Amino acid sequence: MSAHVLEEQETPVLWLHNVSADLAGRRVLDDVTFAVQPGEFTALIGTNGAGKTTLLRVILGLQPTSSGIVELAGERRGRRSVGYVPQKVLLDPDMPLRARDVVALGMDGHRLGIPLSPRAGRLRRDRVEAALASVDAIDFADARVGTLSGGEQQRVLIAHALIGEPELLLLDEPLANLDLRSQHEVVALLARVAEERRVAVVMSAHDMNPLLPVMHRIVYLAGGRAVSGTTDEVVRSEVLSALYGHHVDVLRVHGRILVVAGGEDEPVRPDGEEPGSVESGIVSVP
Amino acid sequence: MFSSFMVNTWVAASIVAVVGGVVGFFVVLRSSAFVAHAIPHGAFSGAAGAALLGLNTVFGLGVFALAGALGISALGRKGRHDVATALGLVVMLGTGSLFLSWSAVYAPQIYALLFGEVLGVSRAELWPIAGLAVICLVAIALVYRPLMLNSIAPELGEVRGVRDRLIETAFLLVVALATSMTVPVVGALLMFSLMVAPAGAARSLSDRPSAAIAWSIAIALVTVWAGIALSYALNWPLGFFVGTLGAALYGLGRLVGTRRRRLVLPTA
Amino acid sequence: MNALFAPGFFTNGIVHSALIVGAVVAVVAAIVGTFTVLRAQSFAGHALGEVGATGGSAAILAGTNPLWGFIGIAVVAAAAIELLGVRQPRSRDLATGLVLGAGLGLAALFLYLGATSQSTTGASITVLFGSLFVVSMQMVPSIVALSIVALAIVLVCYRWLLLTSLNPDLAAARGVSLRLVSALYLLALAIAVSLSAETIGAVLSTALLVGPPAAALRLTKRPTAALVVAAGIGVLATWLGILLAYDSYTWPPSGRGWPVSFFIVVFVFCFYLLAQLHGRKLTRG
Repeated sequence: MSAHVLEEQETPVLWLHNVSADLAGRRVLDDVTFAVQPGEFTALIGTNGAGKTTLLRVILGLQPTSSGIVELAGERRGRRSVGYVPQKVLLDPDMPLRARDVVALGMDGHRLGIPLSPRAGRLRRDRVEAALASVDAIDFADARVGTLSGGEQQRVLIAHALIGEPELLLLDEPLANLDLRSQHEVVALLARVAEERRVAVVMSAHDMNPLLPVMHRIVYLAGGRAVSGTTDEVVRSEVLSALYGHHVDVLRVHGRILVVAGGEDEPVRPDGEEPGSVESGIVSVP
Repeated sequence: MFSSFMVNTWVAASIVAVVGGVVGFFVVLRSSAFVAHAIPHGAFSGAAGAALLGLNTVFGLGVFALAGALGISALGRKGRHDVATALGLVVMLGTGSLFLSWSAVYAPQIYALLFGEVLGVSRAELWPIAGLAVICLVAIALVYRPLMLNSIAPELGEVRGVRDRLIETAFLLVVALATSMTVPVVGALLMFSLMVAPAGAARSLSDRPSAAIAWSIAIALVTVWAGIALSYALNWPLGFFVGTLGAALYGLGRLVGTRRRRLVLPTA
Repeated sequence: MNALFAPGFFTNGIVHSALIVGAVVAVVAAIVGTFTVLRAQSFAGHALGEVGATGGSAAILAGTNPLWGFIGIAVVAAAAIELLGVRQPRSRDLATGLVLGAGLGLAALFLYLGATSQSTTGASITVLFGSLFVVSMQMVPSIVALSIVALAIVLVCYRWLLLTSLNPDLAAARGVSLRLVSALYLLALAIAVSLSAETIGAVLSTALLVGPPAAALRLTKRPTAALVVAAGIGVLATWLGILLAYDSYTWPPSGRGWPVSFFIVVFVFCFYLLAQLHGRKLTRG
């Protein structure tokens, strides 16, 4: 926790203070503390099972905490303004639903009744159009959403989350199952959203390298515990060794960062193929 | 075929088709065909019980349909409903087999409850059907957007405060309501066909949800109208025509759907 | 003793064959059903049972044993589901629904034709709701032979089934043909459902197929143990059902006895609820 940094220039959009959470009797989050400023791009890095999804669910209020405080700026002003893109949404290609329908539901999907007023309808259409434009999704706005590519679906879901004009956008592994080009596109899009709209972006990933050029802050999770700060503060051998509880090397090669378990082992792929390796904390980020 | 005696039949069947088309759209969207089958079929046992006690069969149907919907929703675990549905169904049917063994219900009566007797609808029976149909449609209109959001991905709804459990239960209750209204007229099995086949065909015909619902209603209407006409002409049971026409129209819809996609999307 | 086992329970030939056939069928249904639950195919299992009843009715119309009509139609329906639902698992639900709808339409027609040509609707109701006590000793060899076929399919494909049920991609990566496994499994399912329908009726066969495995899978996480526990629960529920049904001949209201299917369903459901409670305690503790 030594590298935990709080920049005091603005009120944070999100502030977690000593948060712990249990799932089925197992401690999944252990004393997690960090804050996120408006317009900041935060990467939530950790292997599968490190507690990333649980942490996001805690922030959303879908998972109760055992102790600690989660504070959201919007909540203080009586308005919950969090956008969320869940992990692995399977959109059925047989579903008669266009991209723009999914985006529209992001605005009023929780409301009862069917919209009938033509004026509200026009307003609604304009907002949907603007949200689609902001993620460069106009070209396939009228296509069946289930038939779109993974990257295109991800952009539609981001528009769905952004149309409510949140101050905080949470994304759970948005780069999983995307090809390299789509990964770059989505990351660039998110960086633009954070910059232009002053939306704080918090996204989880198991590989930090695609995010290195754009992220302001990293929250590194391992075994339920977290360290946060800038990349240079956190991704260091002594900090991560303390987090994992045994020696970890951090290698910088050609602008990429690799995290390797204590010397004797070959780097192990971190995508959770072997749960045992996660338990023993042997981690690399290729 | 259009005599005053038959007018009630046409009206009742049309109402049933509209409700089946609308509710069916969500049945197919949510992959809930098993529940759509289990609730009407299990509720049939309630009718047998009501007959045993000398009560109105609609009452027994309603009680069993609602109890079945709540039971399935209570037993079901998140995202997995098939075991709960199967067990809910067999418990209801097991009770039904007990009722049948006790009562002196004639086989033709059972037959009518399973496969319907649309040719004998009276004016008095028409009003409750119309009333329940209106309630069903209003209920669907009320929860339209949360239901849609939940059907795409429950997580997307939960973030906006749309609770998965609540929506699922509400939806099952609408299916139960639609069931108790239609089983006495068209039978448990036919209602199921009307809730699955037209909506299944419709989703290949349009990418817009509202248009797909309209298609679903239209196909359901064509199915029952053609079914009644054929049943009247050939004197074969309506259930046969609705079941087989539904499957045939689904095949046709898929065919048109693939051709349409090929015409629309060569540039994509 | 007499209060529990009514006089004649151990000497009655009908009871003997019911106990034997019931046990065989319960074991087959439980073992095939374990994979039905793992693969989330309860709906397909139930649909095959009901569509098979159409074949049963047709066989009665034609004057042959319903079991053969049953299996014939169930296999055809299984093939139809497999062909219609190829694109992805989610459309399997719709494909099953369509086959079921069309099959029930045919059932309506057969029952209607049967009712007008001769008075067999009562017999058809037997096909739908069934009774262990009408199974004759002559059917035992065919039932045993069919059981062996179904069990052989499941045991030969055991590892494939497990792998495809847990993770289809993993199985495909190992060179397992998903289509082949799926088709073979549906064949075993069709046989198991037909056998189970023969004993407790088409519409209730689902109880033996889904109930004991669902309970077993709550009690143990090891697949082989689940198979054994499911078979045990199935046999126990069936035997208890037969016992009470035999006793019920002395019960009100009519001295005709309560249906054996009813008791089996009740016991299966009770076992499921108990397992559910136990499972909940496990996850909490």
